[in-house]
Amino acid sequence: MQNQAIQVKGLQKSYTKIHVLKGVDFEVEKGCIFALLGSNGAGKTTIIKILTTLLKQDSGTATINGFDVATKPDDVRQSISLTGQFAAVDEILTGRENLVMIARLRHLKNTRQVADNLLDRFGLTEAADRRVSTYSGGMRRRLDIAMSLVGKPQLIFLDEPTTGLDPEGRIEVWKTVKELANGGTTVFLTTQYLEEAEQLADQIAILHEGKIIANGTLAELKKLFPPAKVEYVEKQPTLEEIFLAIIGKKAEKAQ
Amino acid sequence: MNKHFFSDMGVMLGRSMRHIFRSLDTIITVTIMPIAFMLLFVYVFGGAIQTGTDNYVNYLLPGILLIAIASGIAYTAYRLFMDMQRGIFERFHSMPIARSIVLWGHVLTSLVSNAISVVVIILVALIMGFRSPAGVLSWLAVAGILALFTLALTWIAAIAGLSATSVDGAGAFSYPIIFLPFISSAFVPTRSMPPVVRAFAENQPVTSIVEAIRALLSNQPVGNELWVALAWCVGITLVAYLFAMKVYKKRV
Ligand SMILES: Nc1ncnc2c1ncn2[C@@H]1O[C@H](COP(=O)(O)OP(=O)(O)O)[C@@H](O)[C@H]1O
Ligand SMILES: [Mg+2]
Repeated sequence: MQNQAIQVKGLQKSYTKIHVLKGVDFEVEKGCIFALLGSNGAGKTTIIKILTTLLKQDSGTATINGFDVATKPDDVRQSISLTGQFAAVDEILTGRENLVMIARLRHLKNTRQVADNLLDRFGLTEAADRRVSTYSGGMRRRLDIAMSLVGKPQLIFLDEPTTGLDPEGRIEVWKTVKELANGGTTVFLTTQYLEEAEQLADQIAILHEGKIIANGTLAELKKLFPPAKVEYVEKQPTLEEIFLAIIGKKAEKAQ
Repeated sequence: MNKHFFSDMGVMLGRSMRHIFRSLDTIITVTIMPIAFMLLFVYVFGGAIQTGTDNYVNYLLPGILLIAIASGIAYTAYRLFMDMQRGIFERFHSMPIARSIVLWGHVLTSLVSNAISVVVIILVALIMGFRSPAGVLSWLAVAGILALFTLALTWIAAIAGLSATSVDGAGAFSYPIIFLPFISSAFVPTRSMPPVVRAFAENQPVTSIVEAIRALLSNQPVGNELWVALAWCVGITLVAYLFAMKVYKKRV
């Protein structure tokens, strides 16, 4: 048994004009919540697309549960589920129909039961037979995540799961993610919100200018930069300050 | 190809058929519009058109069916385009199902939904006085030609849907195709047309397809038209299929 759900080494990816990933390395342990933190355009979605076999890297390797994403995409897809940056739900179908559809594509038995259980768990039972186009943003996102849970995949990718949600919706999603991890699922999520990574993640990696510039638990990151300031009261640096400090140093070096 | 290929395609078919039945716009365009054309031609222009037959509904039905199919495949392109735009496409592609299932689902949906609108239009034509002495074999041949025609246009639609950059662009390719039956023998015999138009009309695919179907439905000898019609359909299908697959591979 190996303990790594994800292993990424020297990952590089360019689009026609930009070199987005310039050698990305990280590992994610099974059963933990891993947050990939980066600003808009940092390359988070690009990494998720490579890991979920939607996009080929230029060089470097990535393995999911020991399967190489480039050479064994079918094995990779057996154990993962993706909730993309933009809601991957069918607006014209009802919530229930969406879930049943995914359950059938995963060749489960009792698709109706699977759908009902998830509807109940995500508080969508009342809206189950309404078209998704009538759902609020938060409901859509919940359905989206529910669809990713059909068939109980071992590893779930959530690309900016709370972007565009109101605070209430965000808290709902956080709760869901925590429950998932408690159930043993590995969660890989990306976020632009430092607070979100602080709230949820066991392990945080910061992606900046094509590389992982920091990687570790929140406590480890806090130890790195900057030391607690001694004033009248001692104040722990927030992740935001850590982030800014790291980026600031890089910028100084570059000049 | 994995063992679930056909059941997965069935799931995709069920999904897009729901899209169709929940879209009033689609239903109106693919059945009500062709029926309105049929009413218009038969009851308004029909009296003035000399076709050499006494039953004009019999004469124009094949052309109406082709128009219905041509407007139907615009929606195939549209649905494919919308899927590509949305996250659902990436969800399907990151699932353990065949990569091409989404595309094949749309192709199957196109065949099934066009078959439904063809049947509805034929039923209305029957009410309007359409009669055919054709036997089962001829009807099967007609069904085969229409299915091939649908398939040919579906793969053209797939190219459009996969490569379009806007919703309007996805459907625009179908306008010239919808127009083709008007410059063919679908509504008036080509001999009434000026020479240049006539030359075009007689050598474009729709005329041979219309003539072949018309002959089959009226128990006349079909002759060469059938083979010309089949050659057009198969030829277009093959070329468009190869091209669509190339675009698809590039997109996924
Ligand atoms: N298909 C593409 N073609 C060209 N550039 C792209 C493409 N996809 C993303 N990019 C660019 O790559 C960079 C990283 O994008 P992305 O991975 O989506 O970042 P993030 O998810 O962190 O916001 C951005 O500058 C984006 O504009
Ligand atoms: Mg992104």
